[in-house]
This record gives sequence, structure tokens and C-alpha cells, in this order.
Amino acid sequence: MTESPYVIDDRETPRFRVRRSTMVASEILDEERRQIFDRSWLYVGHESEIPAPHDFRTRSVGGRPIILTRHTDGSVQVFINSCPHRGMQVESRPQGHGRFLKCFYHGWSFNTEGALVAIPDEASYGENFDRQNLGLVHPPHVASYRGFVFLCWSADVVDLETYLAGAADILDLFADQSETGMRVIGGTHLYAARANWKLLSENSYDGYHALTTHHRYLAMLKASGKDLQSVFRSSGGTPALGWDLGNGHAVIGGSDGSGGNNTGLGRDLSGPALVKQIARRDRFAELYGADWADRMFSGRNVVIFPNLALVDLIMGITIRTYYPVSPDYMEVSAWSLQPSDDEPELRQMRQENFLTFWGPAGLATPDDIEALERCQKGFAAHDQAPWSDISRGMVRSRPAFNDELQMRVFWREWDRRMTGTVHPLEGPALPRSGRLALPYVSANQ
Amino acid sequence: MKGTTEAGRTEIRPAGRPDLRGQVEDFLFYEAELLDRWQLDTWLALWTPDCMYLVPATDRAEGDPDVDLFLIRDDHFLLSQRVASMLDGTAWAESPHATTQRMITNVRASEVAGGVIEVHANFLIHRSRGGRCDAYPGRYEMRLVPGGPAGLRILLRRAVVALEELRPQGRISIIL
Ligand code: FES
Ligand SMILES: [Fe+2]
Repeated sequence: MTESPYVIDDRETPRFRVRRSTMVASEILDEERRQIFDRSWLYVGHESEIPAPHDFRTRSVGGRPIILTRHTDGSVQVFINSCPHRGMQVESRPQGHGRFLKCFYHGWSFNTEGALVAIPDEASYGENFDRQNLGLVHPPHVASYRGFVFLCWSADVVDLETYLAGAADILDLFADQSETGMRVIGGTHLYAARANWKLLSENSYDGYHALTTHHRYLAMLKASGKDLQSVFRSSGGTPALGWDLGNGHAVIGGSDGSGGNNTGLGRDLSGPALVKQIARRDRFAELYGADWADRMFSGRNVVIFPNLALVDLIMGITIRTYYPVSPDYMEVSAWSLQPSDDEPELRQMRQENFLTFWGPAGLATPDDIEALERCQKGFAAHDQAPWSDISRGMVRSRPAFNDELQMRVFWREWDRRMTGTVHPLEGPALPRSGRLALPYVSANQ
Repeated sequence: MKGTTEAGRTEIRPAGRPDLRGQVEDFLFYEAELLDRWQLDTWLALWTPDCMYLVPATDRAEGDPDVDLFLIRDDHFLLSQRVASMLDGTAWAESPHATTQRMITNVRASEVAGGVIEVHANFLIHRSRGGRCDAYPGRYEMRLVPGGPAGLRILLRRAVVALEELRPQGRISIIL
């Protein structure tokens, strides 16, 4: 096996170490852009962000401006937000609605399928002018899975479901939470951290840091009267573990078997709200079976390689994606995903819980950012203190949610892409089982 | 002072109650100094028990906290928890806490029903810590009621950040 300069994956001791230069070197970032961001399926948005035909959103995905829109026939469209004429960004509003997208520079107009439909003074281009080939350019691949829209900037990639591997199940656990569809609510958390982007992948499913970094969040919960033991104690079901989902994706989570009784990391629900929550869980147990419903109602943190994190705190779900601007600065975008048919009391709790924990002004995320930024400051001495340790739980046959298996899964894929080093799996990856297949834990003991 | 016209846009009226402005300004300047000097427990006592402290998302300034994603929607309990952690050193993003300086300007006040004073003001807060200095510009939409040690108490504060996105600030770990 080739020896990677960046990742030491010693199974004997055991010990897993990552070289900190990967967080500071600009050559590494250039290579990450080529080997990772340009060759992965990247999250574009959720179909509910463009509910009606001719709705659009603009954003940057993998460093390139795109327009996400819904065509007249209801199809979801993604194209590059750059005019085929001379390059201007056609639409600059973050969101809007319109049958046509018009480039104001010289007035070319496009429909919501990207086709060029009008050019001022077209006759000047002569008879052989090929308008068909002058539409807005589509990325090489665009695909949707259960409402989550992805693109890939490389033509050479496996199809989305193959890429998602076991993570498709996890997206099902989010998408299944409403019979009328999940929806991203209005408003976006658009923030940043002066830290390397990989630190946020690590942090998004770091079950080890909660007790210390989020002390103040837990103190708030305790002050609210919540029995903190109930959050971390499983009341039956299966314990929360870390799982390799294949292709660099990993999840932490379990299934607590509490029948919808557990509100996870959130303030306790009022009596009537709890009744509604349990009724929801029972309804899903009827539809999909009790095992699947227990998993749905037990929360999980997943990172879909390389930069899409979805976290379900039971009473609040965030979708978060982030891109490096430089090795020590990333931009983060995050949304709130909710059941579109939520009862008002439950929606109220989700709104509250989401914000108390998440976002750049919550009682948790600012402290995560602080931690990441201070790691980055520590990396200034990477020549003298070159290694980070990510070994927690390697000694266990089944690493727990607060071990570091999930980060090792990330780094092994990172290393494979960057250096071609193939690290053997630490345990079998959790295959895609589908919601009607075996319950979470027994698939991989 | 603020309403909505039939066309759906915010109606801006020329003047409020200039006679109230002095008292309101004094109050806003006082609470700004308490915040800058990190006397957060004294500051917290300025809020009514049924208060609400809101910061809308930067891309949805007119949002409704029951429907849209916000940055902050604290009731008194959450606000007091926020303050407690900022004082006991466990709010790591403010431990040690930043140096801040607040400018409060463009204050207008008018009385709505029942002695409730509606206040509009602009703010510019500089936060300096860890080798960087970030600016937070924005506006306050507040409701004050008579009472409390300072003569007025805060029933509602909606701090609308005048930024497209929280970049490079990255966080709101101080009180706005
Ligand atoms: S660049 Fe768009 S019309 Fe010329
Ligand atoms: Fe965290």
C-alpha cells in the first residue's frame, strides 16, 4: 500500500492521524478543488425552494454560479448563471419568479429550461445562426433524490444513487417525515468561519464534543427542566453508533425505541404537543414499520462527502453546506427543513429548537465556530506540531456515536481522492437497505 | 410611526413624538453602555417577563418568527440563559468576551395604545476580538413600556441586521 503523506491509518496500535498541513496549504486546496469538489455530487438545493413553475434561486455550488429553477412542465432545472453571449451573470437576485430570465447586458432572454428565446436584432447574426446551441449551459450532471437536488461538475461520475450508497437510506429518513413532503422554510443562515472547510465536516457529526463545547446549551436544557439523562440514555431500541455509509459518507445515530417520546436535544414538548408527536410517530410506524419510525424519530448527523451535512435533532432539522474560499476561510449556508404538514404546536417547537441550537446566533453553533477557528489558529504551528489525532473508538468493534469512526471514514475517502491511497474499511460499510429492510443495528453487527 | 400601505410597503412617517425621544434616547444609550461594559445582568433586568428578542435572517428581514427561519428568537427564559452563559464564561465564542462599541442613532419614538412606546433606531456595533474587528450595522424596531429601574422596559426588540449575509462576521455571539 502506498504510504500517504497526510493520513496515517495504523490498525495495529491502533492510531489514526491526519497531517495538519492539509488545513493550511493552498496547493492542497487547489488539489481538493480538482479531485474532490469537481468530482463529487454536490448539493444544489431542495425542490421545495422552488415550489411553483418559474420560481428560481441563484447560488454558488462548487465555486460556480448556478440558477435552480422550475420549468413550465414542473421539471427541476439547473444551469450555469452565465450568459452564453459574453458571460454576464444573468440573474443576480437570490430568489424570484419569472417566465423568462433576461440578461440586461445586451438583452438576450432565456426560458426556465435555459433555452435562448429572444435576441435583440437577431437578423444581424445571419441565417446560419444556431440559436439552439446558445442556451444557458447545464452542468454535466444534475439529479434529484427524494427532493434533494445535486449536481456534478465532472461528466465522469457514477449516478447519484450509487454515489449516495448507504446515505440514500439516511436521506429517506429525512424525506419520509411528512406525507405531504418536507419543505425548506424561508430564510437562510448565510455565515462563515475562519477555518478550513474540513473542520466543519468533522464537527457536523462529532459526538464527542457536545458535553464540553456545548456546555451552555446543555445548561439551558437543564434549566428548562429537561432530564438530561434521557437525552443520552437509550430507552430500548439500539444504541447510537457511528456508521460508515460507503463512498466517504458516514452517520451517527441510533434508534431509541421510545415511540416518539424522546425530543432529543430540545426542550420538552408540552403535553398536547407530545401527544401530536407520538401520533405522528405512530402513523409512520403504521406506514413504514416500527423500526423505521423509531429511526426517523431518533435523530442523526450525517455528512455526505464532501460537504453536505444534515442533522436531525428530532425537533429541528438543518441542511448545511460549506465551501472553502481559502484554506483558512469557508462560507456556510444552512436551511431549516420541516414537515409541510406540521401541526402548529410542533412547528413552533421546531422553530424554537432549531434556533436555540443552530445558526450563527444560536446557543451552540457560535461555539462550534469558535472551536474551529481556534483549531485553525493552532495549525499555524503545523510544522512543529504536525499531526491531529482521530483515533477515538478504533479499539472498539462497533464505535459509538461519540467516537471518531465517522471522521476516519471522511479522511480515508479524502486521502483516496487526493493521493490514491486505498485504506481498508474499518468495518463493513452499512449498505443501502431501504426502509422496509432490516433495522439499523442488525444489518452490521 | 410604522405601518403598511395598501401597496404592501413599509410606511415611513415623518415624525414620531419628539417629546418622548429624549427619554427613549437616554434609555437606549444606557442599555448600550451596559452591553459594552458587559454588565449583562443589570441589562437583563430591563426586559419584561413576556419579552421577545428577535433577529431575522439576513435574507428575510421581514420574516415572521413562527413561519420563517430567524437568527434569534429568544423569549425571556432563553435570553436569560444566553446572558448567564455570557457571564459565566461558557459561551466560548465570548470567553474571553469581545470588546464592543455601539453607536445608537436616528432614534424616533411614538406612542401606541396603552402607554406602549414604539421605537425605531439605527445601530452600528463594532466587535473586536482575536485579532479581528467586525461591524454589525442594523436597525432596531422596539416596543418599550413604562416601569423598571430605568423608567422603561423592553417588551420587544427586533434587531434587523443590515447585511446581505453574516460574512465575514460568521456569528452573532454578542447581544445586538
Ligand atoms: S452578456 Fe448577456 S446579452 Fe450580452
Ligand atoms: Fe457542535
